[in-house]
Amino acid sequence: MAKEFELNEVEVWDGNYAASQALRQAQVDVVAAYPITPSTPIVEGYGSYVANGYIDGEFVMVESEHGAMSGCVGASAAGGRVATATSSQGFALMTEVLYQASGMRLPIVLTVVNRALASPLNVRGDHSDMYLGRDSGWIQLDAFNPQEAYDLTLCAFRIGEHLDVRLPVMVHQDGFTTSHKAQNVTPLKDDVAYKFVGDYVPVNDMLDFSRPVTHGAQTEEDWHFEHKARQHKALMDSRTVIDEVLSEFKSLTGREYNRVESYYMEDAEVAIVALGSSVETAALAAKQLREEEGIKAGVVAPRCFRPFPYDLIRETLDRPTLKAVCCMDKSAPGGAMGALFNEVSAAAYTTASRPMITNYIYGLGGRDFAVEEAKRIFKEQKAHADAGHITTPIQQFSGVRGPRLGFFETRRG
Amino acid sequence: MSTGVLGTEKRGIRELGAEEKVGWDEVTRGVVLNSFEGDASNVAHQKAEERQYADFNSYTATVASWRIIKPVYNRDICIDCQNCWVWCPDTSIISRDKQMLGIDYDHCKGCGVCVEVCPTNPKSLLMFSEAKEQEEALAEWPEKKKKEKK
Repeated sequence: MAKEFELNEVEVWDGNYAASQALRQAQVDVVAAYPITPSTPIVEGYGSYVANGYIDGEFVMVESEHGAMSGCVGASAAGGRVATATSSQGFALMTEVLYQASGMRLPIVLTVVNRALASPLNVRGDHSDMYLGRDSGWIQLDAFNPQEAYDLTLCAFRIGEHLDVRLPVMVHQDGFTTSHKAQNVTPLKDDVAYKFVGDYVPVNDMLDFSRPVTHGAQTEEDWHFEHKARQHKALMDSRTVIDEVLSEFKSLTGREYNRVESYYMEDAEVAIVALGSSVETAALAAKQLREEEGIKAGVVAPRCFRPFPYDLIRETLDRPTLKAVCCMDKSAPGGAMGALFNEVSAAAYTTASRPMITNYIYGLGGRDFAVEEAKRIFKEQKAHADAGHITTPIQQFSGVRGPRLGFFETRRG
Repeated sequence: MSTGVLGTEKRGIRELGAEEKVGWDEVTRGVVLNSFEGDASNVAHQKAEERQYADFNSYTATVASWRIIKPVYNRDICIDCQNCWVWCPDTSIISRDKQMLGIDYDHCKGCGVCVEVCPTNPKSLLMFSEAKEQEEALAEWPEKKKKEKK
């Protein structure tokens, strides 16, 4: 039996420590990991809890992140509660196995500390790895600060392991900005947290010798499509369970989470859509602009990146006051508009007001995104709104040195 | 119905890939396939013909159509050494109490490994065209090779 970990009512934790405490309280059976900056302390923490008797589980050392996720797939198919952590290059190396985990419907929890992808090699935070995972069939939740990293990691087990879902879940937080900055975190007591997460319920576990099963079967053109369709349906339908679990978490803790968070959107004329720690920066900028210049600025933030909340994004943007929206993508878009721009545009296309939507690529490799820059971008949206058409290129770069960089233009309002 | 020796109700009852085609809402979650029906705790101690194989077990599927040449077994020469049973990559040599009974033609793919490892002279297993009748093949069996004198 694992020892109880004494916690204060309010702790000072960084995002990594918060996530590792959540793994401990969920009493994860197996962590197979190949630690990588900036997510190292998450699995390091798990290893230390195991060694000191705070978890009845096993830390499996492997030779690579491909091996780490493979170990997780094996342990999860065997019938255990399984989690790991990674970032950046490690995430990229895991990618092949991420698709195996989701296709095999194994509710592994992966805490991802978002970091840029090489080349050039970079350890700082951007959303390249999170975006790389967006077609992998995992549920992707996004935490904007350490408290949320803790809360959402606990929720991730509940969501993924739900018998109607049975899908793996990633909980994202920004490298360094969230993972290494200590803030006040209000944790649950061990027994309360475990009660919320609940005992792991094995499904088709390989350690049930009375009922041998084949995991990881091959299917060709005669079966593959049906299995992928069923998997996609489960991911789309997980929205209901995510809402339920978040709502239950609110009744337990008073902390409210939604698949789409919005700030000051009630009467907003201009808005920023962003992910991660930038959401708090943009929200502060919106608050200050409202006070200082009377610009009705608001912020929309997908808490759940996959399944993408087209329903709630549309609902949030479908308001007659809203004229111009800027989607902020913190990942090099590789010859396209940013992913957030594409998806938010798709969601907004059928709204009655159909706001003007532009795209900023920003913050690559950990380039700082400050309140002043968020204000400038809000004001630029205000200029679009006043002119009745987009006055800049549709895609621009924010915070990059050198001549102004932008692509595609339109005069359509 | 199975044509192999020790044919059971379940073995090779369907062509692989010709299963009832079901929709996305009917396929198993996570492509998980059950091997047996009911409690299979004791299955390791049962002989194949005693096991309750599930429809998703490859035991119930036949891949005979994949084969273009087949091994034919000659009981008159076999010494029951079990080499073919050990080496067969698809458990298609059927043996009971260390006595070779024959070939599971529902699952044999005609690789020829059993013939390769057969130590008798002449061999007790030889490859023939898939279309060749069993009796015809046995009638064509070669004589014992004499050692060449130096």
